[in-house]
Amino acid sequence: MAHRISLFVSLATVWLLLSGHYTGLLLTLGAASCVVVIAISHRMDVIDHESHPIHLGWRLPGYWLWLLAEIVKANIDVARRVVDPSLPIDPRLFEVPAHQKTDLGRVIYANSITLTPGTLSTDVSRDKIQVHALSGAGEDDLRTGTMDAKVCALEGNS
Amino acid sequence: MSPQFVIVAIAILATMGLAVSRAVVGPTVFDRILAANTFGTKTVLLIAVVGYLTGRPDFLDLALVYALINFIGVIAALKFIKFGHFADHRSESNR
Amino acid sequence: MTLALDLVSWACLMLGAAFVVIGGIGLVRMPDFFTRTHPAGLTDTLGAGLILVGLMIESGWSLNLAKLAMILIFLLFTSPTASHALAHAALVSGLKPWTKPGADSEQNRSKP
Repeated sequence: MAHRISLFVSLATVWLLLSGHYTGLLLTLGAASCVVVIAISHRMDVIDHESHPIHLGWRLPGYWLWLLAEIVKANIDVARRVVDPSLPIDPRLFEVPAHQKTDLGRVIYANSITLTPGTLSTDVSRDKIQVHALSGAGEDDLRTGTMDAKVCALEGNS
Repeated sequence: MSPQFVIVAIAILATMGLAVSRAVVGPTVFDRILAANTFGTKTVLLIAVVGYLTGRPDFLDLALVYALINFIGVIAALKFIKFGHFADHRSESNR
Repeated sequence: MTLALDLVSWACLMLGAAFVVIGGIGLVRMPDFFTRTHPAGLTDTLGAGLILVGLMIESGWSLNLAKLAMILIFLLFTSPTASHALAHAALVSGLKPWTKPGADSEQNRSKP
């Protein structure tokens, strides 16, 4: 039930922000379409903790801030390699362990790896993720396991 | 007219040109889809910037819709290349 | 708008434009498909992010800010998904990643 309420709140927010017209008719239409979408999603059985991960709660913004810092660092590194006339790249394919307990955690980990330029997840299995990295620096960063631990902490004990 | 938007628009257009050249050169089909994807996200940015450049921020709605279509288009193109058709018979027989 | 906000907006837009162009150059310079995905990610994360943040500062507190934020969040969610799907499909289809000492880059360009 909490997921449905949360879905209704996010759908209503999107409607209110995108429409910009706050008259009775349009607000009624908006509420009606939100209810219809939730009814259809309920029939499709797609509303659960994976499609709507509210249990991550307030840990998520903190993780995003940390990930943002990582992304900025990685961006500067990759940009430096691209503009360097000698093109100092050393691409490699390797596997890193993934200690997340749920599928959602592994997906967050794999997407975080891909979102950071210089590393790209190419395959996800139960306990490890295959990664293509542009340079040795990207591989060393992942091998320290900091991101893995951060995603595990984000998952919590649920 | 604000000069900063003109500079950004030119930069985005230059990148779109580079992406098109990569899409033409290839050499594999994945290079072409990657270039098309980059071209699409740059189109989203260009629409937003041009909206501000011409003083019509309503363009943002178009940018939002284009972002949605671009993502679905890339996934659909990938699936088409992989299977040769959009219908996935195997998943239907499992139901 | 105050001068300070104006300067921050200019800085964001110019830096974003620089990242977008560098990403485009990388897309052409890199030797093979897998290495090309990295500069493409460059334009999708910090390039797009800085340009959209610059526009957000320009628009001030309005509905446009929310729309720009929505575009940014959507791009940040979908771009890694598309990159992963592409790279996975390329790897499954038998495309071999280019490696540094490999002077024989021709064999890597086998058709999928």
